[in-house]
Amino acid sequence: MQRQVALIKQSLFDQGYLDEQFIELEELQDDANPNFVEEVATLYFKDSARLISNIEQALERGSFDFNRLDNYMHQFKGSSTSIGASKVKTECTMFREYCRVGNAEGWQDRRGPRRLHVGPSNTGTDQ
Amino acid sequence: MAEVMLPMKMEMANDPSKFTSPDLLHVLAVDDSHVDRKFIERLLKVSSCKVTVVDSATRALQYLGLDVNEKPIGCKDLKVNLIMTDYSMPGMTGYELLKKIKESSAFRDVPVVVMSSENILPRIDRCLEEGAEDFLLKPVKLSDVRRIRDSLIKVEDLSFTKSINKRELETENVYSLDSSVPLQLKRTKI
Repeated sequence: MQRQVALIKQSLFDQGYLDEQFIELEELQDDANPNFVEEVATLYFKDSARLISNIEQALERGSFDFNRLDNYMHQFKGSSTSIGASKVKTECTMFREYCRVGNAEGWQDRRGPRRLHVGPSNTGTDQ
Repeated sequence: MAEVMLPMKMEMANDPSKFTSPDLLHVLAVDDSHVDRKFIERLLKVSSCKVTVVDSATRALQYLGLDVNEKPIGCKDLKVNLIMTDYSMPGMTGYELLKKIKESSAFRDVPVVVMSSENILPRIDRCLEEGAEDFLLKPVKLSDVRRIRDSLIKVEDLSFTKSINKRELETENVYSLDSSVPLQLKRTKI
C-alpha cells in the first residue's frame, strides 16, 4: 500500500503536477508535527474549491469582470505555488494573461476540454 | 470572525539554540491566504520563533494596538521582534501596513519583512524605501527565515548583553553601600 502511494507520488512529480516546493513542505514535517502536509493540503483543497466556485459563478453571470477574475486567480496561483502544485500554477498564470488581455473567449476555450479538478485524488488539472 | 491566534507555545528546533537571550523572537505574521499562513507559521516555529498569525493588516494593527477604533487585542506590554507581511492583501496592503508601523512610535523600530509572489521591482524598491528590512519572494524558504532570524538574534544579543551589564553594575552599587545601613538587596530576576 505504501509502495503504491510512493509510486503515485513519484508520478505526480514526473508528470509535473508537483514541484520541489512540495518537498519543502514534507521537510517541515516531523514526529512532533506528523500531519503538517496533510493539514496544508486540506486547507489548499478547501481554498481552491471556494475560488473555483467563485470563478464559475462570476462566469455564469455572463459579464466578465476581469479584475475580479484576475484577483481570484492571483489567490489561487499563490496557494498553488506555496503547496507546489506546479501545473495548476501554470494554468493560473495563463488565465491571468487572458484576463489582462480581456480575452474571455481565449480562456473559455482553455476551460472547455480541460476542466479543472482539484480534490484529494490529485493536485493538478485533468487532461 | 476574528482569526487572531494567540501566541503559540514555543517549539524547540532540533539545532542547538544559539540564543543567549531567554526570550525567543516573537514574530507577527500577516497573510490573507490560509495556506500561506499555515506555511509561514511552520517555517517560523521550525526556526524556534514564537509566532502570532493574523489574516489581515487591519487585524495586525488591532493586535499591535495601533488601530485607534478598536481596543488592542494583544497583551499590554507587547513585545514583537519581527513582522512578516504579505504584500497583496484585500483592504489594506502590506505596503500600507508597513507605512503605518513605521509611522508609529511604539513599533517603528520593529523590522518589517514584506513577502510577495510577484517579482515587481518598483514594488520591492518602494517597500525598501519605506523602511522594510527585507523583501522575500514567495514561496518563502526556510533559509530566508533563518537568515533573518540570525541577523535579528545578533541585535537582540547585543541589547541583552547591555541589559546584563546594567544589572551587574546595579548589583555592584548595592554592595558598595555603607555597611551601617541595613542592606536591602534588590534581586532582579532575569
